[in-house]
Amino acid sequence: MSNVPSELKYTKSHEWIRDEGDGTVTVGITDHAQELLGDLVFVELPEVGEDVTAGSECAVVESVKAASDVYSPVSGEVTASNEALADAPETVNQDAFGEGWIFKVKLADAAQLDELLDAEAYSEVVESEAH
Amino acid sequence: MGNRTVLFDAHNAMGARIVPFGGWDMPLHYGSQLEEHHAVRRDAGMFDVSHMTVVDLTGERVRAFLQYLLANDVARLQEPGKALYSCMLNPQGGVIDDLIVYFMRDDWFRMVVNAGTTEKDLAWLNEQAPAYGVTVKPRSELAMVAVQGPNARAKAIPLLPAAVQDVASNLGIFKAVGDGEWFVARTGYTGEDGFEVMLPEAEASNFWNALADAGVAPCGLGARDTLRLEAGMNLYGSDMDEETSPLEAGLNWTIAWEPAGREFIGRNAIEPKRGSADNRRFVGLVLLERGVLRNHLKVFSGDEEIGEITSGGFSPTLERSIALARVSSTIGDECLVEVRGKRLRAQVVKPPFARQGKAQIDL
Repeated sequence: MSNVPSELKYTKSHEWIRDEGDGTVTVGITDHAQELLGDLVFVELPEVGEDVTAGSECAVVESVKAASDVYSPVSGEVTASNEALADAPETVNQDAFGEGWIFKVKLADAAQLDELLDAEAYSEVVESEAH
Repeated sequence: MGNRTVLFDAHNAMGARIVPFGGWDMPLHYGSQLEEHHAVRRDAGMFDVSHMTVVDLTGERVRAFLQYLLANDVARLQEPGKALYSCMLNPQGGVIDDLIVYFMRDDWFRMVVNAGTTEKDLAWLNEQAPAYGVTVKPRSELAMVAVQGPNARAKAIPLLPAAVQDVASNLGIFKAVGDGEWFVARTGYTGEDGFEVMLPEAEASNFWNALADAGVAPCGLGARDTLRLEAGMNLYGSDMDEETSPLEAGLNWTIAWEPAGREFIGRNAIEPKRGSADNRRFVGLVLLERGVLRNHLKVFSGDEEIGEITSGGFSPTLERSIALARVSSTIGDECLVEVRGKRLRAQVVKPPFARQGKAQIDL
């Protein structure tokens, strides 16, 4: 059973979101998502300064098995990309909720956070996919 | 739910992630595909390949039958236990399947065919065999385990039946030895040394677990695919199929044109194209930029589309993305591959990419 930290928000498409409390959020893919993908070998990051829209593709994670789009959970401006993943994509497998973060966004509309799933709701999504 | 091999419970006990493959529920990996890949290149790994089908062909005219059925020539098999890789073509020269055939006895040959093609292969064999009085017998009650890697043979030999251990220790490449229902062949699909072992289902779990105790890593289909891709070995259904000529799938070397009078199925269709400059080339690609090459991505030379990738992926040994591709014969030393709208540079190489633990190409 994969780990679903209770302090984070989630999407149905398996991104996690941490509210940094300063109008920015950090985004990554969940432990469940990395487990499904298998060993990651490449991460395509969004450009810093790029504007992203909630629900749009903005990064790609590729494993030995397949490529998978990462969708921005919120709208806003990308303020950071995790460049360390370029040389060490396996960090996402090892620490999906920590060092394996993918990008940070300055929120255009803080109310969008309320539309995201909490840990309990996301666990149900994972659970329902298993059946 | 798909078919399950006799080792299904053993896979689950070892933490396998199970996926559907060719009608079977098979292990994709047991945690890390990359680690399994490296285990085979550096030490020893094992694969459950019981989903593949062993077919025994018997009859007085079985050799003549196979000389007609297969594009490679079983006349090359004179010593019992000797193996040969061949394509089985349709009359149009397309590939029905690729297989390994073993010479057992003058009136008995054994084939190992792919899982996903078993049904049509058997239908084709049953259509062709009666004219030669040959009996076709699938041996679905046999399990098969591939033990591969530089240390694979040393780890497996003590676990084989005592009667074959000595012979197995001195077995030449592409040769096999049998004892009862056990059949041990020095063959594989990884580019490493090792054995493929056919054995009675009832003994398979013990053998599998004993190999694990001897330090042989269980490996799934994921690692099997990256290993065979690095080794430049074709995958049926991706690199060739019934619409593809072996001449355009890098399989020229498997066609025995001599003797010129041997009329094998498909010969009339492919022989006129032998050596033709119009044939598409089957090449290896190494991606020079970041990204991963995948099946069906389009290959360009400048602005001109010249072909597509038939098998692509990540090479754990080279730490680059590599691919097999079918392209126009005009391709140069470099080409472009379109990945999500961007054209990335790739170097054109001659496979294999990696075998025997090492890179085989200069980057």
